[in-house]
Amino acid sequence: MNPRAQLRRLPLNLAALAVFVVTIFPVYWMTSTAFKPSGDINADTPVFVPTSLTLEHFRTAVAADGFGTFWRNSLFVTVTAVLLALLIAMGAAFAVARLRFRGKRGFVLMVFIAQMAPWEAMLIPVYIIARDTDLLDRLAMLTLLYFIFTLPFTIITLRGFLAAVPVELEEAAQVDGCTRLGAFRRVTFPLLAPGLLATSLFGFITAWNEFAFANMLIVKNQEDRTLPVWLSSFSNTFGTDWGATMAASTLFALPVLILFLVLQRRVTTGFVSGSVKG
Amino acid sequence: MTLSTAPRKVRAPGQELRRPAAPGRRRSVVLWPYLLIAPTVLGVVFLLVYPLLRNVQLSFQNFGLAELIRGGAEFVGFDNYRELLTGQEFWDVVQRTLIWTTVNVVLIVALATLVALMLQRLGRTMRILVMSALALAWATPILAATTIFQWLFASRLGVVNWVLVQLGFESYEGYSWFADGTATFSILVILVVWQSVPFAAITIYSALTTVPAEIYESARLDGASDWRMFRSLTVPILRPIFGLVLCLEVIWVFKCFPQIWVISEGGPNDATTTLPVYAYQVAVSQQHYDLQAASSTITVLLLAVILFVYLRQLFRQEGEL
Repeated sequence: MNPRAQLRRLPLNLAALAVFVVTIFPVYWMTSTAFKPSGDINADTPVFVPTSLTLEHFRTAVAADGFGTFWRNSLFVTVTAVLLALLIAMGAAFAVARLRFRGKRGFVLMVFIAQMAPWEAMLIPVYIIARDTDLLDRLAMLTLLYFIFTLPFTIITLRGFLAAVPVELEEAAQVDGCTRLGAFRRVTFPLLAPGLLATSLFGFITAWNEFAFANMLIVKNQEDRTLPVWLSSFSNTFGTDWGATMAASTLFALPVLILFLVLQRRVTTGFVSGSVKG
Repeated sequence: MTLSTAPRKVRAPGQELRRPAAPGRRRSVVLWPYLLIAPTVLGVVFLLVYPLLRNVQLSFQNFGLAELIRGGAEFVGFDNYRELLTGQEFWDVVQRTLIWTTVNVVLIVALATLVALMLQRLGRTMRILVMSALALAWATPILAATTIFQWLFASRLGVVNWVLVQLGFESYEGYSWFADGTATFSILVILVVWQSVPFAAITIYSALTTVPAEIYESARLDGASDWRMFRSLTVPILRPIFGLVLCLEVIWVFKCFPQIWVISEGGPNDATTTLPVYAYQVAVSQQHYDLQAASSTITVLLLAVILFVYLRQLFRQEGEL
């Protein structure tokens, strides 16, 4: 590129740089604070590049009351809910994408409505239902809720991915002697795997993030709390120890960020085909 | 098949042309789809429809802490709605919710469009850089982001105050953002916009990339100006996606709860009390479960209108269910 063209592109690249900095800075500030020595954090002039790295804050966060338990709770609830949703959604998506039956339109409409349902508006009835079915203060109730939160989205996305797999492939396998289920398992499922991964990431984020119900439904049994609730009350735990707080936030964000980096390419595709193209 | 020569029975008028299958086999074919969707339907009925109906029921009852513990709530008709709708507080909250939603959605969609258009024009390296940053911001869990913003805007040692002081705004030395209503509101807007722009930007950008570059080239050859191309090509292409993103963001921003609750619990002086936060306050702090139910029912109705627009747009774009 000649210098003049480069000069003309300068404003654009500067704008891009600005967007980059504004977007990334909060995440950078979280991780850098988490790894900075306390002296850097408490300096009057913010230290943008840490003078040295330390795991001290992570030690504080991990040693904090119940952190390990809450982390495990969150992971358990999230993973169970996502796997359950994938399993159930696979069946439903298969029915919608491959089979003909009366009431299909109604079912799809229901799924779309459920995806946008104002769950937060139903805190109290859900609380009452949980109490009446003896599920209050139980992780099982949260798991069930997160399952239903992620299910509609999972169905919609999987249906999109399924529709992209030519039905002829399955039929060919059936001609070659596979049962319908066998054809699905041997032919379609492997093709679906990337879609499943991307979809599960979205479910994972939803469940991992959920706060309102976790805050409301786990009251007496503190052992069963999840990370978001714990993180929200960090000031009780840490006062103004920002290093430890940011270390805890980093640990909270870590599973999502790792999953995201691993799946990034597939995810950006899923982003679009999932939530917009349905 | 043309080969079959056996004489056929004449079909009676109105009789099905289809060959009757073996009864057992046919049954299983018809049953399968329903078995496959049954768990989903059950889940939605138990965890969505039933709570919704229960919510409506609550909103017509006198339901406080006593009724929660002992049961036996009495039916009071429209009393709860009357109490809500005649009070000034509720209307303040509704108005604030509308302002909150408008400000956020306008900012999100405008910024996302700009970012998407920018991404389209960037070179490869820069684009990957910005996309990764967007993805990272998008993937940061809500509560982690909320905590980060509390730290960014902390009155002591907060990096934002430091930057403002460096820029010459001495009054921000040790300024406590979370004590002032407007300031807290603004921080929440920045937080929500920061969290929402990546999704919208990437979605709009993907829509832009579906247009073959040749169309733009030929338009340019025909002498179209940048502005003309934007107006006559980009805007029409983006319109359907725009509608979807708009509806999605309206619903998401409207429902937004954890960020507000964790940062300010609706304060200071109710400056950040939107409808979901208000419902939570009424229920959890004041134990007026009946009022909460009435307010939630109104919220659901409001959202249903937006949802209807969204679904109509979605299905129009999809063409089929």
